[in-house]
Amino acid sequence: MRYIISIYLVFLLFGFSGCGSSDQEKKVSKAEAGYLTIKGSDTMVHLVSAWSEEFMKLHPSVDLSVTGGGSGTGIAGLINGTTDICASSRDINDKEKELASGRNVTPLEFKVAMDGIAVIVNPENTVDTLTLAQLQDIFTGKITNWREVGGVDMPLLVFSRESSSGTYVFFQEHAMNKMDYTPRARLLAGTSALVQAVSSDKGAIGYVGLGYVKEASEKIKAISIGNDEKAIAPSDQSIKDGSYPIARPLFLYTNGEPQGTVKEFVDFSLSAAGQSIVRAAGYVEM
Amino acid sequence: MRMDKFMRMLLVSTASISILIVALIFLFLGKEAFPFGFDPGLGKLFDTKWIPVSFQEERFGIYPLVAGSSLVTLLAMLISIPLSVVGAIYIAEVAQPVEREILKPFIEILASIPSVVLGFFGLVVLAPLVKNVFGLSSGLNALTAALLLALMALPTIITISEDALASVPKSFKQASLSLGASDLQTIFRVTVPAALPGIIAAIMLGIGRVIGETMAVLMVSGNSAIISFFPLDSVRTMTATIAAEMGEVPFGSHHYQALFWIGIVLLLVTFVLNILSRLVLKKYGMAQ
Repeated sequence: MRYIISIYLVFLLFGFSGCGSSDQEKKVSKAEAGYLTIKGSDTMVHLVSAWSEEFMKLHPSVDLSVTGGGSGTGIAGLINGTTDICASSRDINDKEKELASGRNVTPLEFKVAMDGIAVIVNPENTVDTLTLAQLQDIFTGKITNWREVGGVDMPLLVFSRESSSGTYVFFQEHAMNKMDYTPRARLLAGTSALVQAVSSDKGAIGYVGLGYVKEASEKIKAISIGNDEKAIAPSDQSIKDGSYPIARPLFLYTNGEPQGTVKEFVDFSLSAAGQSIVRAAGYVEM
Repeated sequence: MRMDKFMRMLLVSTASISILIVALIFLFLGKEAFPFGFDPGLGKLFDTKWIPVSFQEERFGIYPLVAGSSLVTLLAMLISIPLSVVGAIYIAEVAQPVEREILKPFIEILASIPSVVLGFFGLVVLAPLVKNVFGLSSGLNALTAALLLALMALPTIITISEDALASVPKSFKQASLSLGASDLQTIFRVTVPAALPGIIAAIMLGIGRVIGETMAVLMVSGNSAIISFFPLDSVRTMTATIAAEMGEVPFGSHHYQALFWIGIVLLLVTFVLNILSRLVLKKYGMAQ
């Protein structure tokens, strides 16, 4: 009972604080009343939900609604005013910026996490470095033997996640130039099955989120991407500075300088607690 | 009198519930799959490539999946039929009562192992074994899946065949033996032919179990959607495709509908198998 009363009091407080707001703040008064919508990237739904759960524990008066639909949907929602915060796994593009300014919306970008994928092989494999072009040829099935990429004469075994996985599409987009996977690729359900397969088959190649590589570093070897002169190994550092190619930043967008609860949420996502959730969700913190 | 009628109605409706459920399943599958027929058209199913997620062109050809299911089922049956029928003959006709007391419970235990546990066993034990024996680079292939499935079909076929053999009238055997036939001759010329309809029904049920099995196959077959009839290739079965992709597929998309079409094909196959086994049973039953 006392709990309910305290929630009620907090609501009242929020209500009063909303009263004295200027025009600029009126737009987000809905958020200050304790209701916040976050829309956008399907990749980030998991992460944003985890943030929201923690955030709501800290701010019991706030109700958060998290929906996916894709980065494009989220940005459109921000422009149309149907969402307070947009989660996006890509930059806002020029056309969307134009649309936004036409509606007096000024999207403000916050880089909140990085998402990177490591290409993994068996530890006994002699190949350490592959170029993006070679990766594409391997996963589309043009290259079928390790000899062709400087390894020993051994058939190449391509392992992939199931097509329902977000990682499947991400890898296809960033490492394979959007080409189709070879039909000979063995599709495995789950990252642990993939790590298990790559660790037991000498000719295997596959891909997993960076977090898993650290967990299973004795069983698998991560490949550096690039040519002989300059190859980049996947690491928190190389993903943060953008030198590792199979990676992307994850963003939150707000309309103008964030106020009230919106600001609190963005601040929370960038705080130490928020960034530890990023790590737990398998992404790289900022 | 009225009570009689009421009881009769009750019993009839209870008995027909299963018919109703089958009809409803067909109806539901049809409802979800139906829109695929207009857009993009049923022709898309008759394709040689299954690429449901693509930036180029989504393809929903079920040939590789049908081929995968067929190959795995065929191999599993080649392995399990001889083993289980001979095993059933031994248990029913040759084994001492003490042996029977030990053998039968263990076979029943095999039947009760959850398929995901067998799948795990396949992934960790059987796949490396197959890999080493054949000198392959990966043990995730049709043969490994078939070995596991054969293991699952064994108890079904043994138990039902053994029942069929045991229910052959004693007088048949006595007549055969008294005419001077040896034990072996009696078994293979009298008892087994007499029990054949039962054995065939057992095999059909075994095929049904194998073709519908999902979890173990998903774990060890490698799931490459290629058309191949080579046992050491990785294949993708219809059941594994539905299990792996249904969870994340966008509701109502072409991919979603295509998965329901696979379900319909699977249901039709088991339906036809059942009808065939009934026909066989009927024919043999009349021949006796």
